[in-house]
Amino acid sequence: MDYAVETRELTRVFAGKRKLLRRRKASLEDEDESLEPVTALDRVNVSIREGELFGLLGPNGAGKTTLIKILATLLLPTSGQAFVAGHDVAKDVFPIRQRINMVSGGETSGYGLLTARENIWMFSQFYGVPSKVAKARIDELMHTFGLWDKRNTKVRMLSHGMRQKMNMIRGFVTDPDILFLDEPTLGLDVNAARVIRDYVMNWVRGRKGKTVLLTTHYMMEADEMCDRIAIIDHGRILACDTPETLKRMIRHETTFRLEVDTLRETSAFGSIQGVKNFSQKEDIAKNRTNLTFILEDETPVAEILSKITSQGAKVHSLQKSEPTLEDVFISMVGRGLE
Amino acid sequence: MTHAATRRTELRYRIGLNLRAVVGRAYPRVIGANREPSWIFFEALLPLLGIAAYVFIYKAFGEAAIAAISGGQCGRNPCSSPQEQALYLQLAYQNTNALIASVVLGGTMVAFWLNVLWSMASQLYWEKEIGNLQLYMMAPMNRMALLGGMAVGGMFMTSVRAVATLVAGVIVFGVVFQVADPLMLLAVFFVTLTALYGMGMMFASLYLLWGREAWHMSALMEEPIFFASGFYFPVGGLFRIPGWGPIVAVAGTVIPAGLGLDAMRQLTLGRTAFGGQLWIFSAEVELIILLILAVVFLVLARYALAYLEMLAKREGKLTSRHQ
Repeated sequence: MDYAVETRELTRVFAGKRKLLRRRKASLEDEDESLEPVTALDRVNVSIREGELFGLLGPNGAGKTTLIKILATLLLPTSGQAFVAGHDVAKDVFPIRQRINMVSGGETSGYGLLTARENIWMFSQFYGVPSKVAKARIDELMHTFGLWDKRNTKVRMLSHGMRQKMNMIRGFVTDPDILFLDEPTLGLDVNAARVIRDYVMNWVRGRKGKTVLLTTHYMMEADEMCDRIAIIDHGRILACDTPETLKRMIRHETTFRLEVDTLRETSAFGSIQGVKNFSQKEDIAKNRTNLTFILEDETPVAEILSKITSQGAKVHSLQKSEPTLEDVFISMVGRGLE
Repeated sequence: MTHAATRRTELRYRIGLNLRAVVGRAYPRVIGANREPSWIFFEALLPLLGIAAYVFIYKAFGEAAIAAISGGQCGRNPCSSPQEQALYLQLAYQNTNALIASVVLGGTMVAFWLNVLWSMASQLYWEKEIGNLQLYMMAPMNRMALLGGMAVGGMFMTSVRAVATLVAGVIVFGVVFQVADPLMLLAVFFVTLTALYGMGMMFASLYLLWGREAWHMSALMEEPIFFASGFYFPVGGLFRIPGWGPIVAVAGTVIPAGLGLDAMRQLTLGRTAFGGQLWIFSAEVELIILLILAVVFLVLARYALAYLEMLAKREGKLTSRHQ
């Protein structure tokens, strides 16, 4: 089978400041945790097939961006191996770089004095795209992404959403075989995010041999777009399968959602027998707490309700639901993404 | 396709790729930087103030000397004849013009040195901060094409500013240049720029390693280099200062601007200006040294960048913490 991306026991450890400071000062007494080495990726094994839209789902600091940077040849692994388009990222970067591109959410790349069109053209030249071809592709993509009216606007005058659309066009203009998208819809409004999602899905599914590795915070986005998803936390892959299979994995468990008055204390829920995991989200506007419980069965519900009412809080709604990708995440990681 | 043919195609592809990359990277500097006409005031006219300060000092010295000669004093002794007085007067006018022309030329070259420091040496560090560096490093182009594009764009952009300053200087201060060998002058100018930007390319790699200290390094290298390279006076004058003078002058020659300026002054003012006493070497020798410096800096830049890219990939320094 042809893999667009494959990692074998991929590990990346960041040295931490301690090592750097030691060079300057031998007797460092500070025991600050941030100075310790950080394992960003811990023996990660992932295989992404050619033509696949693969999602990487995990909280901040899970290792998603580190993995993408290694695959994009910007970072070396500490140990293990990574292959992109069959080439080793540590040894054979040129053929990889010809075939990849990357777009990150909230990216501020480019030069403010150039227009959107000029900026994208400039980046296309670093991939050797003939100027005429690049300009035709830019014009077509600008129409598709709804940026045509802003083609001659200086980059520094573009809004966040327009700028992100420009970044997406930069990613597609080189016609890469493998595209790394690192939270591409971060902070975008619904319409801008929809345009980007639709284009990415059509691009992968409508053209042979195109592969996308997408990292995202948004469960719905991952669920809607990805053929397969890997859940990553603390640098380790916890599960990797299609969204449907992942959801089926916890189908024998029961998901309950509750909307209650804001709770002072929630840590006790974790110790109730039969509660596999739970997450909470505060709704400040309504002064309420939204709780999601992954339960082994329905037995603990009574005790949960008792603990809530013992704090004088009122239960506004209680709902048993089909598992979502978010429930899978809570079940595995032990907390929600947001 | 034979193996040799494949290699040829590959070579042609790589040449095309890297030439496009040079053009692409030079574009923001050639087009973008000249898009807002405010540069004419800030980068062509304001530098005239710095030049003016030296011009007025030299003019004052020149007028004092002319007044003394007109009063019958030829050097340390009284003038022995009207012919000697006329000769001294002519030399005084010539020297004053040569000094002012030296300052205008040096002030023009300051633009290149500042461009090398702030838009070449510090550039990769700034690119990292705004998020461009990772996109550059991820692209298949050769890293020297990236630096080459920066250099070509910088040379063009700064040349436009330098010519504007030079023309303004000539008009405002009325200096006279005598160019006997324009081809030699062009050769010296371009080799000086190549060596200077080669040095900038080398610094760009090193600054990537130094990070935020880059700012301080650039600031540190401004005024001392103005002095050691003789931007506002003929650098050969330092050899006449006993003790530290020759040491500073020799150290200054490591920066290509010093030798380049010295050669350009010889070629625009005449080799006999200042009595031929204030030049370091002949323009030909200086051209050869500059050629050697250009090659050395370009080779060092190539290896420094390759080494530091590897180091940065190992330590995770190609991207900012927040990216």
